[in-house]
Amino acid sequence: MALTPLDVRRIAELARLDLDADEQARMLGQLNSFFRIVEQMSAVETSGVEPLYTPLAAVEAPHLRLRDDAVTEAVDRDANQESAPLTKDGLYLVPKVIE
Amino acid sequence: MSRAAPHELGVADLGRALAARELSSVELTTHLLERFAAHERLGTALAIDGEGALAQARAADRRRAEGDVGALVGVPIAHKDIFVTRAMPSTAGSRMLEGYRSPFDATVVARLADAGTVTLGKLNCDEFAMGSSTENSAYHPTLNPWDETRVPGGSSGGSAAAVAARLLPAATGTDTGGSIRQPASFCGITGIKPTYGVCSRYGMIAFASSLDQAGVLARSAEDCALVLGAMSGFDARDSTSAERPPQDFHAMIAAARPGATAMRPLEGLRIGVPKEFFPAALAGDVEQALRAALAELAGLGAVLVDVGLPRTELSIPVYYLIAPAEASSNLSRYDGVRYGHRAERFADLGELYRASRSEGFGAEVKRRIMIGTYVLSHGYYDAYYLQAQKLRRMIADDFQACFRECDVIAGPVAPTVAWPIGAQRDDPVANYLADIFTLPASLAGLPGMSIPVGFGAGAMPVGLQLVGNYFAEGTLLHAAHAFQRATDWHVRAPSEGRP
Amino acid sequence: MIRGFEVVIGIETHAQLSTHSKIFSGASTAFGAAANTQASPVDLALPGTLPVANRGAVERAIRFGLAVGARIAPLSIFARKNYFYPDLPKGYQISQYETPVVQGGVVEFFVGDAAHRVQLTRAHLEEDAGKSLHGFGDADWSGIDLNRAGTPLLEIVSEPDMRSSAEAVEYARALHALVVWLGICDGNMQEGSFRCDANVSVRRPGAPLGTRREIKNLNSFRFLSQAIDAEVQWQIDLIEDGGAVRQATVLFDAERGETREMRSKEDAHDYRYFPDPDLPPLAIGVEWIEQVRAAMPELPRHRAERFQRQLGLGAYDAAMMTQSIGIASYFEAVAAASGQAKLAANWIMGEVARRLNASGTSEIALPAATLAALIGRVADRTISNSGARQLFDVLWDEGGDVDALIDARGLRQLADSGELERIVDEVIAGNAKSVAELRAGKDKAFNALVGQAMKASKGKADPSAVAALLKKKLG
Repeated sequence: MALTPLDVRRIAELARLDLDADEQARMLGQLNSFFRIVEQMSAVETSGVEPLYTPLAAVEAPHLRLRDDAVTEAVDRDANQESAPLTKDGLYLVPKVIE
Repeated sequence: MSRAAPHELGVADLGRALAARELSSVELTTHLLERFAAHERLGTALAIDGEGALAQARAADRRRAEGDVGALVGVPIAHKDIFVTRAMPSTAGSRMLEGYRSPFDATVVARLADAGTVTLGKLNCDEFAMGSSTENSAYHPTLNPWDETRVPGGSSGGSAAAVAARLLPAATGTDTGGSIRQPASFCGITGIKPTYGVCSRYGMIAFASSLDQAGVLARSAEDCALVLGAMSGFDARDSTSAERPPQDFHAMIAAARPGATAMRPLEGLRIGVPKEFFPAALAGDVEQALRAALAELAGLGAVLVDVGLPRTELSIPVYYLIAPAEASSNLSRYDGVRYGHRAERFADLGELYRASRSEGFGAEVKRRIMIGTYVLSHGYYDAYYLQAQKLRRMIADDFQACFRECDVIAGPVAPTVAWPIGAQRDDPVANYLADIFTLPASLAGLPGMSIPVGFGAGAMPVGLQLVGNYFAEGTLLHAAHAFQRATDWHVRAPSEGRP
Repeated sequence: MIRGFEVVIGIETHAQLSTHSKIFSGASTAFGAAANTQASPVDLALPGTLPVANRGAVERAIRFGLAVGARIAPLSIFARKNYFYPDLPKGYQISQYETPVVQGGVVEFFVGDAAHRVQLTRAHLEEDAGKSLHGFGDADWSGIDLNRAGTPLLEIVSEPDMRSSAEAVEYARALHALVVWLGICDGNMQEGSFRCDANVSVRRPGAPLGTRREIKNLNSFRFLSQAIDAEVQWQIDLIEDGGAVRQATVLFDAERGETREMRSKEDAHDYRYFPDPDLPPLAIGVEWIEQVRAAMPELPRHRAERFQRQLGLGAYDAAMMTQSIGIASYFEAVAAASGQAKLAANWIMGEVARRLNASGTSEIALPAATLAALIGRVADRTISNSGARQLFDVLWDEGGDVDALIDARGLRQLADSGELERIVDEVIAGNAKSVAELRAGKDKAFNALVGQAMKASKGKADPSAVAALLKKKLG
């Protein structure tokens, strides 16, 4: 149940985070001390209990609200791209995507 | 006619003064802008838009002149930097969004602007609302106006400090695990987190989607009621928005309970006091102030009832698994592609992602992303995430059992008063543990308030938490208002110019 | 069986639903707009944005479910599928995982004249990603266009029931025809409206299922067929060389005619699915399902069954006549006007199909009444089949009146039985040798006699009438 350095590297890669050796070590310690608190949770019997993914469902089951199929957005590309790091001809530029 | 300085007036009083033309919004706004400048060392703001604010103030004065009697017209306000705004950058307290300009306003921001408020700026917060002290802001910490060596609480620390220091009569905040209630308590002001779904999340930079809720920090329940009334209500752009008609919270606070008298306005109100909320770990000074407040409430006609919330302690691991899990997903969009920080050096797409995210996010955010990614990952989902959501249901059910015995639940907001800046930086887990009293209501999505009820160690403010059943904001505000009419804790202000 | 191996194929199809706006935002889904001019803040995943679901997408999913006889889930859940890719703005795709909106279902079709059925596992709603444009300007960069991000998709998953690339192609064609018939997808494969992924594995007979590889993004039936064939050969080669197939995602290189593994993504399969907290469960009640059912066009298979019942068509022909609503309506009109259902079907499968394939459109230029008149003249022996085929192209290209054209081109078959009998008598009289050979058992001589009669009539005799007369006279 304790995490290993390999776990830390794997999760960091999944999350696209670069951690140097010090950060990895510190993160490992902090995560492990956190997961010690979590252990008390694992022992509790919960079979037959429905998960509560949203508080809306605590009292009565909410249903997804659906909107009519209509075009309601006039897109202002310039405004949307005001904070874009790099664009050309309206496209967002990234290093070449290799498939 | 009030002789108080304009910054000493709350929202309700300002509304009346503006309506009576005792002062103009331009005068008021100018005065508060000066106060912000004079109190810059408190670090409450991340952006101040003086010109924009004055333009809004002039427009508000015109509205008043044309006969608009809305309570909020011309009242200055500022927004926690979690709400996106077109007029000013929105950073979420993070370098990841330094300088980010949103093409739209958050619904809450737009509604308050429509109601006539004057937006002065954006207020400091823990990065992406993750934290309990505002020390996690990537820009600078915020100082507690009562003792500038101490934290104001978090994550809405900038909002709480600005209101406490009388730089603003009110500010918006967000509360995911206590981020309105706890800073309100630490700064001696009134804060409310309504029921999940009451305020729109559209335009709130997301941390944990099933927990985030917008709310108000102000200096009284009456002020909270006015602001909350204007910012709340159904929004079609938010699929989790509650389909309920707008509520006139201000009318509710003055409504008389059946059997109430002037001396006993809370006649018959059952206040549940959970034993788990008064554990040994609760600081003696805090407990003393809370017990006195409970006695005061009883004196006003309320009945104190012993109740139980047996899974209170479990709310810590449950919250700290669910919130990071949702956050890890919500923060995936920060990748340096379409907005936000992009690293300068990268050899390929993978490096672009890793470098941009690693440079843009602070340590606490990275920690929570790691936790969240882990608990959702293959092989761990059932044991952690699913288990936590089941316990969440049980915690919500525990509250429902309580509410069969009582109308409102009362207890502490935090185990201690505000701690010194830097005291808990290296121990994130200690910070998590201190959230024990606010997390349960967050998990259940219930409305919660913090009202100032005295002082504890170091002459620091202590807040009492009131938790209501779903959509019972009116009941909370009413009880808080009655308490505040009979006491004056909420009127106390930190002295100016403390070193 | 190929080289002693059984081939097992499952197909996952992504059909873009024909809504006006996106599945979770109000931006337009129209094809061909300038880059990022149809990407709203929600589609761009700007901070603070939230999804709101489109009723039209759900309705199209319900229509599909009803058409394939599937179960429509009364409650289904949208889940987040988390992974990083530049065309995926949120860093997760809103999809459905454990509880999809459509469960089960069947697709029936023909391979040659053998009837097949493929079970569907499920169909679920999800949002499409944007597009990466490569090799424009600077070779080191890709340009991301998010106009397509948020377009509603119905992902249709089949059971691994197919055993050959031919079967896979016919399944895909039938599915394609169905979604177009239902009006839920425009079926434009060049524009990416209908994309197939093929899961392919091989095994020796009796062995457990082999490891499958997934061939992604096949956007034509031809590529689907070629890719599967290439993949099967590759897997068999590997196994025969002593290797083992490793699960992978592959792309089909059409120029080289081979499949190759995509750049491996180690975490490719840890999508960390969880129910999307921004979207409560989707509820579909019985009333809504019945409303959709009532508004649906007659399903292809029901129409086909009706053609068999009412018009006496065989199962295969009926299936061919219900490939599209256009064909089915045309066929019904021709059959009704001519009273010749089987002939109508033949001509539509033959000459009409030939012209449609050549033009690449689905526009039938020949009015149903005209074709009906033409085949009527074939049926009543006024003209021969070959004569009718001559007229067909003229009528298609220029129009005209059938009878007038028959006369103008002298295609009228000799039907006057007296004249016919005279010619036959003359042929018998003038070909004593053939008649003798015929009497001696040489059947080929019969055709020679028919040929002589056709020659004598300058091609105008009806060959079957000639044959009948010859038989009658020669016994």
